[in-house]
Amino acid sequence: MDKLLDSDDEVMLRDAARGFLDENAPITAFRANRDAGRPFDPGLWAEMARMGWAGVLVPEESGGADMGHRAAGILSEEMGKTLAATPFISSAVIAATALRETGSDRLAEISGGDALYALAIDEHVKHAPTRTALEARQTGNAFRLSGRKCFVADGSTANRLLVLARTSGADGEDQGLTLFDIGADRAGLSRATANSIDARDFATLDFDNVDATGDDVVGDVDNGLAALAPALRTGQAALAAELGGLSSGIAAITLGYLKERKQFDRTIGSFQALQHRAAHLFAEIEVTASAIANAGRVLDADPETAQVAVSLAKARASQTAKLAVMEGVQMHGGIGMTDEYDAGFFMKRARVGTEWLGDYGHHAAIVAAARGV
Amino acid sequence: MSDNLESFRSDITAWIAGNLPSELQGIARNEETICWGGRNWRFASDAQRLWLEHCHAKGLTCPRWPTEYGGGGLSRDEEKIFREEMLNAGAPSPLESFGIWMLGPALLKFGTPEQKAEHLPDITAGRIRWCQGYSEPGAGSDLANVQTKAEDMGDHWRVNGQKIWTSYADKADKIFALVRTDRDAPKHLGISFMLIDMQTPGVSTKPIRLISGASPFCETFFDNVKVPKDGAIVGEQNRGWDVAKYLLTHEREMIGGGGGGLLSGSTLADMIGTMDADAAADPVIRAEAMELEVDAMAFALTMERYRDMAEAGQGVGHASAMLKYYGTELNKRRHEIIMSARGSDALDWDAGFAANWLRTKANSIEGGTSEVMLDIISKRVLDLPSK
Repeated sequence: MDKLLDSDDEVMLRDAARGFLDENAPITAFRANRDAGRPFDPGLWAEMARMGWAGVLVPEESGGADMGHRAAGILSEEMGKTLAATPFISSAVIAATALRETGSDRLAEISGGDALYALAIDEHVKHAPTRTALEARQTGNAFRLSGRKCFVADGSTANRLLVLARTSGADGEDQGLTLFDIGADRAGLSRATANSIDARDFATLDFDNVDATGDDVVGDVDNGLAALAPALRTGQAALAAELGGLSSGIAAITLGYLKERKQFDRTIGSFQALQHRAAHLFAEIEVTASAIANAGRVLDADPETAQVAVSLAKARASQTAKLAVMEGVQMHGGIGMTDEYDAGFFMKRARVGTEWLGDYGHHAAIVAAARGV
Repeated sequence: MSDNLESFRSDITAWIAGNLPSELQGIARNEETICWGGRNWRFASDAQRLWLEHCHAKGLTCPRWPTEYGGGGLSRDEEKIFREEMLNAGAPSPLESFGIWMLGPALLKFGTPEQKAEHLPDITAGRIRWCQGYSEPGAGSDLANVQTKAEDMGDHWRVNGQKIWTSYADKADKIFALVRTDRDAPKHLGISFMLIDMQTPGVSTKPIRLISGASPFCETFFDNVKVPKDGAIVGEQNRGWDVAKYLLTHEREMIGGGGGGLLSGSTLADMIGTMDADAAADPVIRAEAMELEVDAMAFALTMERYRDMAEAGQGVGHASAMLKYYGTELNKRRHEIIMSARGSDALDWDAGFAANWLRTKANSIEGGTSEVMLDIISKRVLDLPSK
């Protein structure tokens, strides 16, 4: 197994990504998007696609850069630091992985940044793929999809959808699910944008007899989880990396504040009560960084066995992000509570990232089961 | 991997197979089976003695030390292979000691050629057992507040004072101790790192009983102890703090590492053993166990990542304080959960859980408290100001 360190190539990728994001997607850019009611900046995404980010997991023959999951994690982590809002995880990570398995023609559109995918999976307040009731009624080679999906990341802005639907069996069963790849403009589909706290695009999708055919099926009918699981894992790993970056980002801002803010004629960073909180946060971030690096490493080496490593990363990253943003606001004091200051953006995104693709409990249970608990 | 390393691996594998006494294969590491060596050492078995002799003859009690002192002269990569193959063969460590872990590295870095020649061969052969005399009743976390004094008497030092928490002092042949050689200098600058024979008149020891029961810890008393000056001080006189600091980093990595408890792959479930159905169904115990496993796995990966960083020559430095802090706090949590899971069964000393549980409470005190570790992180890693 590779070392848990960035290779020389990865160091270069990280430096390049950081330089680009500091210049083109600083937190002020996120604020501008938020104020304009724009979930992400299409121009920025086009620029990222030109640099190969949209094709990070797409094979070279489909125009991708095919850099692997460690690289995807590095990009995601760096985007997390500046809260760069993009469809990276939905399109470049989840959809690219799902479609790569079956060799879809659309991979080239993903790597070009033109295909914007969203994964429509959740139907309840907690992530649970088997709890899919949205029905795909089959007649010969034709399907009709009816039902509702919620908390669909990038669901309003996507032009393509991956939809997990039930073709047989009952709500809660892991068999009888089928994954569809359809255009977002199909008749019978209506989309409602949620007013998400992180100012990004989350939508509720209503399917009213939406037509699909066997050509739209990804993988096998009734065995959709098999097609989706590898993609979900990569998405969870990339999201863990984003949360890791987010934690480092708010911690760095907080540390800067501790070194500059004066109270009682002293720099507040000289107070031991605050020093120990900052030091504890440092420890948690370091431990989480190891789990994140490991998830990428295992996904690159042996993706079939990667679920525990990925769940470990997502569980740790969720807890650490929660701690980092709470400590961030607390150590800033009153100004941390103001909208004018950036700390709140980190807090809201952390909350959403924790919930998306499985929360702490969801992933901790997977890890613990593997350890015999 | 290079051909040289591959041939080293096959050579060392064959050597272990040819020299490891069969009765030691797969033997558990515990107080009865560890070989500490020393003047008064009584081998647990002929096999233990033979294994030490074979390993020492090949330099493998201290694989990376120079061969002239009885070490193996191995490279970092070779040592790693040696350790892997020892593990594969189920071979116990032939010799353990504070000489190997602490004094040796200090002498190799700070010692004179004469000091190295005098002491290192005794350590590699297991002839002399060392103990460490740092802490004092009045100097706990404030380790530099050393009061044990060494007065210059011309041809010798006269040492008076008391050390505490000296592990195995009652069984050791010699002690490396921090003593104050200049009472007027600032706290950190008047300390020397001194080597003292425990058989010298005036040295006495008294074992300390802990809340967990009997312990290897002792109090060590120095009452007008005459230490001949020749070769007594390691490093410069009055600069013993530099030597101590260097060694503390070693110690932290060791304690933090043990705290992970994962290097052997043991899970919480293994450590708890058969659980009562009521305890297994308790949602709080279960949740705590799940959280612990998540954190313990991530910590084990962090140990691996820091080792990778060290091997790649990226200094870990003061961040090792994080390993000590996190690993020991984790271990305390682990044993709280084990106690809860075993319920009232665990409250009988004879069940074997309680002493381990109580002992872990010292993990975050010995070798620098958790609070001192957090101080180090905030000042040295995060660069937070002192005022």
